[in-house]
Amino acid sequence: MPDINELQDFATQVRRDILRQVHKVNSGHPGGSLGCTEFFTALYQEVMDHNTSFNMDGKEEDLFFLSNGHISPVFYSVLARSGYFPVEELNTFRLIDSRLQGHPTTHEGLPGIRIASGSLGQGMSVALGAAQTKKLNNDDHIVYSLHGDGELQEGQNWEAIMYAAGNKIDNIISTVDLNGQQIDGSTETVLPLGNLKAKFEAFGWDVMEIEDGNDLQQVIDGLKEAKSRTGKGKPVCILMNTVMGNGVDFMMHTHAWHGKAPNDEQLETGLAQNPETLGDY
Amino acid sequence: MKEYKNTGSKDTRSGFGAGLTELGKTNENVVALCADLTGSLKMDDFKANHPERFFQVGIAEANMIGMAAGMTIGGKIPFTGTFANFSTGRVYDQIRQSVAYSGKNVKICASHAGVTLGEDGATHQILEDLGLMKMLPGMTVINTCDYNQTKAATLAIAEHDGPVYLRFGRPKVANFTPEDQKFEIGKALKLYEGTDVTIIATGHLVWEAIQAAVELNEKGISAEVIDIHTIKPLDENAIIESAKKTGCVVTAEEHNFLGGLGESVARTLAENHPTPQEFVATKDTFGESGTPAQLMDKYGLNAAAIVKASEKVLKRK
Repeated sequence: MPDINELQDFATQVRRDILRQVHKVNSGHPGGSLGCTEFFTALYQEVMDHNTSFNMDGKEEDLFFLSNGHISPVFYSVLARSGYFPVEELNTFRLIDSRLQGHPTTHEGLPGIRIASGSLGQGMSVALGAAQTKKLNNDDHIVYSLHGDGELQEGQNWEAIMYAAGNKIDNIISTVDLNGQQIDGSTETVLPLGNLKAKFEAFGWDVMEIEDGNDLQQVIDGLKEAKSRTGKGKPVCILMNTVMGNGVDFMMHTHAWHGKAPNDEQLETGLAQNPETLGDY
Repeated sequence: MKEYKNTGSKDTRSGFGAGLTELGKTNENVVALCADLTGSLKMDDFKANHPERFFQVGIAEANMIGMAAGMTIGGKIPFTGTFANFSTGRVYDQIRQSVAYSGKNVKICASHAGVTLGEDGATHQILEDLGLMKMLPGMTVINTCDYNQTKAATLAIAEHDGPVYLRFGRPKVANFTPEDQKFEIGKALKLYEGTDVTIIATGHLVWEAIQAAVELNEKGISAEVIDIHTIKPLDENAIIESAKKTGCVVTAEEHNFLGGLGESVARTLAENHPTPQEFVATKDTFGESGTPAQLMDKYGLNAAAIVKASEKVLKRK
């Protein structure tokens, strides 16, 4: 198991990868990716029991589904640096003929991806299906999913949330990235989400919070705590507070960098704030 | 002329139910999901015999499709069941992204397609579903004509690796195809050899096409009748060969002429052997309340309409 400093280095390198991927093609979504860097690092480097020699069926291992597919840069970086595919392939992000499509897809056969996502609101249903199959297969591994907070405006989530509790799907941990931002502004101004904790609880979920989702230790502890709550008759929800654009000062606390790439100068500034640790691709 | 006998009218959805029941016994990977229409979809037997493999999702079709996609991960073969309208139009994006684009082995099984749903009216009578589904890359699209064929198709799609849309209907219709048939996806069935006109029909219109061929024969017109249960992939060779022989084509379907079987046939012929064609289909309209027979008559979806279209297209040769 890597120690916390090694994991911090991993996260720093992932932030560099995010900035460089998006900068190279002048497109992509750095803000949400940076905000979830600690989550992905904790999940793939510390928490999940997963197999990097990828098999779509994923039997006898934990599974992860990304519902808010636009934060693909962080997903790709962490998959590559965890060993799913060569790190150099990050060079092909969003380019023609690449397996690293703008939004993640199984279509090009990229190892580590089990469902296409991008059109929002579908990931929890998919995760539930996979969790249900794990139960049928007597496979006691966990299914993780990640969702944007703005994404919860999609009604399909609430169908899934209702199903999960009603059918005691207790081998799923769904994390909501609470960064309070979406394309048109804050979630509060676009469409207020209200009290999400109360909402999930009212639907019958076991809800916990991670106060600072950009504190790696807190995320690790939170995910492990969530894992200990599985198998008890309730689906588990983590409300994870993050800062969009975390780790790059001028990208933080704004929705401006939701889907915007840094220019050359901005890239240098961002990279200077995240010095190379594991080696750039 | 060969006589096709109705061995006793049955609904095609019961063929689906019977197929699913059999799959429950023979294929342990088959799971079924239903959105509060278990009885309508004839899924009760499967549910009763395999409660652990039956998933009632409630009135939540989007979640049902997403869950089905997820259930394939780990080796299950999910069959979803609801009305055709709620199986397609309501969940198009879910099918597009989570099933078709993701290449998931989901079988979307849709009952109550077309106007023969009857009295519930246009809100429930989808006439656009074949078009919606055939436009999705990688989607296999099947529209069966009777009980026996629907049962055989249900068994066959479980063996096919990839997303499938299986469309069937509500009313009792003639059951005339063989009980022990082997269903080959993508293979057209020639019901009558003919020389003057080719009638290519799918779903409930196949029986009507048989009646039309008999009537045309009495008028001295030799009609070739093709049952094209698979809209996609289309048996293009069967269509081209028949069109070359007869020189004119009538397509017949319980669907809008925009986006349906007729347009697929027209494209095939335009590319390979341009041929005059008439369309027995609804003409860019919604349905309405009525009995199935009244609606088939009003919207020109029966043997009489096929005869009329055949006589018309013959003059265009």
